[in-house]
Amino acid sequence: MLRYFLKRLLMLIPVLLGVSLFVFLVLHLLTPDPALVVLGQHATAEQAEALRESLGLNDPLYVQFGRFLWDLLHGDFGRSLMTHAPVLEEILARFPATVELALAAIIIATVVGVTVGVISAVKQYSIFDYLSMIGALLGVSMPIFWLGLMMIIVFSLTLHLLPVNGRIDIGMEPAHITGLYVVDSILTGNWESLKSALKHLVMPATALASYSTAIIARMTRSTMLEVIRQDYIRTARAKGLKEKVVIYKHALRNALIPVVTVIGLQLGVLMGGAVLTETVFSWPGIGSRMVDAILASDYPLVQGTVIFTATVFVVVNLIVDLLYAWLDPRIKYS
Amino acid sequence: MSDVLLKVDNLKTHFFLDEGVVPAVDGVSFHLNRGETLAVVGESGSGKSITSLSIMRLIPSPPGRIVGGSIYFNGQDLLKLPEKEMRRIRGNKISMIFQEPMTSLNPVYRVGDQIAEALINHQGVNKKEAMEKAVEMLRLTGIPSPEKRAYEFPHQMSGGMRQRVMIAMALSCRPELLIADEPTTALDVTIQAQILELMQELQEKFGTAIIMITHDLAVVAEMADRAAVMYCGKVVEEATVEELFEKPLHPYTRGLLASIPRVEEEVDKLYMIEGTVPNLMHLPAGCAFAPRCPEAESRCHRARPELVEVSPGRKVSCWLVEGGAG
Repeated sequence: MLRYFLKRLLMLIPVLLGVSLFVFLVLHLLTPDPALVVLGQHATAEQAEALRESLGLNDPLYVQFGRFLWDLLHGDFGRSLMTHAPVLEEILARFPATVELALAAIIIATVVGVTVGVISAVKQYSIFDYLSMIGALLGVSMPIFWLGLMMIIVFSLTLHLLPVNGRIDIGMEPAHITGLYVVDSILTGNWESLKSALKHLVMPATALASYSTAIIARMTRSTMLEVIRQDYIRTARAKGLKEKVVIYKHALRNALIPVVTVIGLQLGVLMGGAVLTETVFSWPGIGSRMVDAILASDYPLVQGTVIFTATVFVVVNLIVDLLYAWLDPRIKYS
Repeated sequence: MSDVLLKVDNLKTHFFLDEGVVPAVDGVSFHLNRGETLAVVGESGSGKSITSLSIMRLIPSPPGRIVGGSIYFNGQDLLKLPEKEMRRIRGNKISMIFQEPMTSLNPVYRVGDQIAEALINHQGVNKKEAMEKAVEMLRLTGIPSPEKRAYEFPHQMSGGMRQRVMIAMALSCRPELLIADEPTTALDVTIQAQILELMQELQEKFGTAIIMITHDLAVVAEMADRAAVMYCGKVVEEATVEELFEKPLHPYTRGLLASIPRVEEEVDKLYMIEGTVPNLMHLPAGCAFAPRCPEAESRCHRARPELVEVSPGRKVSCWLVEGGAG
């Protein structure tokens, strides 16, 4: 198991190297001259040339890439052209917001998706089955930004139940422990903060979860339908077990194995910053930060964010693969 | 307490498909005494497995449904029991082992836990006691180092081992009736013999009655006291095993016996029953076996013979048998 883990860790190196190279090339070939971005259009040619020289942009591309990699290995993602702050600092300041939103969304998606999927499979061709599968179809096809805006119109602007944007009411931030406001509020017993944080979280998390919920529900339904026809389910019934035990203990655990893959992939995607959701709800995560960076042609920040999210994605997937071994004893890693 | 443990009377289990109704079991009757072994013999599709699943009330529904008849177990009609009471009987008073040991155990739980689950469910013992009993049951089924094996997963065992686990699970609550649905069909011949021997040994030890579902007449000869031969959802002949092998009455039974190749005779062509089992949705008007029967007369094609007792304990449904159906 440890060996497998180390092997997988080593395999991350070529993946991340590839991502770095791709991002580096695309940004260097496609973005406007950074000197003009920093200095503005009224800069003189000499000023621009001096800045290019100081940023090392006059060196050959492979030298620039080598330097970029070398810095990366030392944890140096460069500095933002807009704020001049280190890129990693910018990302890490925004990351807890993204994690909080992603985790909330994946929890909603898993709980709702798995429950709906199981009931649909057990009551196949019932009204519940038809309605939930129509719901799942809507979930995968509804654009998130549209759903988000509709939710804002209904719950914020019309019913005045939930705040329009942000993570928490101003001045309510709990003491910093993990950076996740919900978790920190609970840890410090700050119930007023918790209430405010949850109120801000529920709408973006639900909007963000809609797609994943639908995918997970459909996946759970189809694998459950397969599993409940297996011989060992008949054995479980022949033992005189309650139908609930047969379904939730014997069938669900087997059905969950492929579903976990989907949950893992979805979590990886969500962790990478939910660009649309964060933008619609002005959620201060790395997704909305990246949009700002792209609009401002802040290439070091875009570059850093992409590499950072790619790393998060592959690490989440590695964790999911390790989870299999726990779920399915037939899988042995070596 | 009477000697009769199980009495199946005119059982009908039909499957309601889009294409029509399939009468998989259509008026099956037989009985089973305490501690005795009854073989239910027949080809694939004769309704023997559906009969056994009907006794357990585990017919997949929809599309299947028990539409008629009664199943008296210890004088109580199982078909009239609420589901909750039926659950108390399953795995406790009546248990079942299946044809496919490779897929009949849940791949994600340890075999010991799977056996213990039945004990916890029915006997109210705690986890630790149940696990000890599970190990004890594994030991009785002849699995070497059972205290270790109990903590293994099904995929770590061979087919024969898994069938032993299934037997341990089925007998863990000391049931009065064990239904074995082709328990050795999927196993190697040498393992088959071992499993059959094990079943006989445990039957003697616990006094369990066995319904042995099989298409293998060698298994019948080896294991059973009596046999019921099924064809197209009906019992066509019921007799003690000796009678059945020495003097089979129904032409179908004779055909089955004649199909066994013999070492001592040299023949050009092995005997087989001509034709195939008819589609259950379009059964002939007369005897279901008539189209394949070498002795069929015109009345066989016109009307269905009833299952009647021709001598004590001996039943047959055939127009051609003296006193049968007559």
